[in-house]
Amino acid sequence: MKKRVPLVITFVTGFIVIISFFIPHRPFGPLETDTLIWYSIILGFTLLIGVDSLVRLHVRQMRRRKAGWWYSIVFFAGFFYCLVIGIMSVIRTPNPFQPGTIFFYGYKTILIPLQSTMFALLAFFVASASYRAFRARTLEATLLLVAAVIVMIGRVPAGYKLWTRLPGIANWIFNVLQMGAMRGIMIGVALGAVAMSLRLILGIERTYLS
Amino acid sequence: MSISTSIWVWMAALLTLMVYSFLYKDNPFYRLAEHIFMGLSLGYTLTILWYNYIIPRVYEPLFLPPHQWSLIFPILLGMMTFGIFSKKYSWLIKYPLAFYVGGYAGLRIPLLLQSWIIRQVEASFLTPDKFTSLMSSINAILIFAGLFATLIYFYFSKKREHGFGAAAQVGIVFIMVAFGAAFGYTVMARISLLIGRMQFLLHDWLGIM
Repeated sequence: MKKRVPLVITFVTGFIVIISFFIPHRPFGPLETDTLIWYSIILGFTLLIGVDSLVRLHVRQMRRRKAGWWYSIVFFAGFFYCLVIGIMSVIRTPNPFQPGTIFFYGYKTILIPLQSTMFALLAFFVASASYRAFRARTLEATLLLVAAVIVMIGRVPAGYKLWTRLPGIANWIFNVLQMGAMRGIMIGVALGAVAMSLRLILGIERTYLS
Repeated sequence: MSISTSIWVWMAALLTLMVYSFLYKDNPFYRLAEHIFMGLSLGYTLTILWYNYIIPRVYEPLFLPPHQWSLIFPILLGMMTFGIFSKKYSWLIKYPLAFYVGGYAGLRIPLLLQSWIIRQVEASFLTPDKFTSLMSSINAILIFAGLFATLIYFYFSKKREHGFGAAAQVGIVFIMVAFGAAFGYTVMARISLLIGRMQFLLHDWLGIM
């Protein structure tokens, strides 16, 4: 009951979805769409579990007065602010994401700047990591270095000023030399993922149930 | 120079500076911005959940005509995830998880076969339409050689000697160039984000630029 039934559910669901892809007619055709709807509903519940986990963590930190516990108050302030204006916007307007709503405004002026600043912060760490890693010790490392430098310089106006053909070479590296290798990697990844999916559907891989 | 008077711009600017203060070292300002970000992201996720999942996929089909009673099953399955909160019934989460894993695996197989394998092989074939000019011919051969050599490099079931070893060596050359190009592209994407933030600080906030 605790182990067999989930294995049967995995097999039947996976099998039906595969069959419905290859036989897009009744009764299999609509099953794929139905499964996707069911899938998204269950996904919503699992997201709630994730939210609960994070909220519990911060409540625990506040209760135990752990070092930096007051950051959790800031966390809850941000959380309730976004949630309240989000729900208010959902109630007031048919689409809270349309420009002009308070939710959209908060998203655009606080969340997007924070998100892009966090990502931009990585530019400094990537630069310092590459300074340490990019040493032309071997032929392979030299190739990596040369390709990265050409792509980086070729994509900024300074690259064009330096040599007018540099942007073209950067694009050629990206669209031709990189393409073949990336396709090979993609095919390898896909074959591995298909094999793993088959293992899951056939019940060979069961670690997710432990 | 005209400094912005909008409270939203000031807030975004201060939060940006708080995040960049991490470049010096981990400090309370950075951690404050980090927790605001986490809280807002979580609130945003819940709003999306409410707007994109609960209302159109649960509330409307169930409570508005024509009622789709069959949706009670995924809702019940989804509610089983709450079993995790009880020691006695924690095993109930295995049912929605099994459905989730089975559905995901089933969806992935045809999708990957079609777009990640067949389409990629198809696009790399040396067909006559790719030999229209000298440059396009060279490019097509290089893409094909890159794909072939990379696949050989990742084939570990045969000893790397003679022609096979040489092809694997060519494969590592293509892989290194690809990684270098991907790395350069990623760095530039981050740099462009940084430029965007600097433009915001200098133009929108301080009005210098």
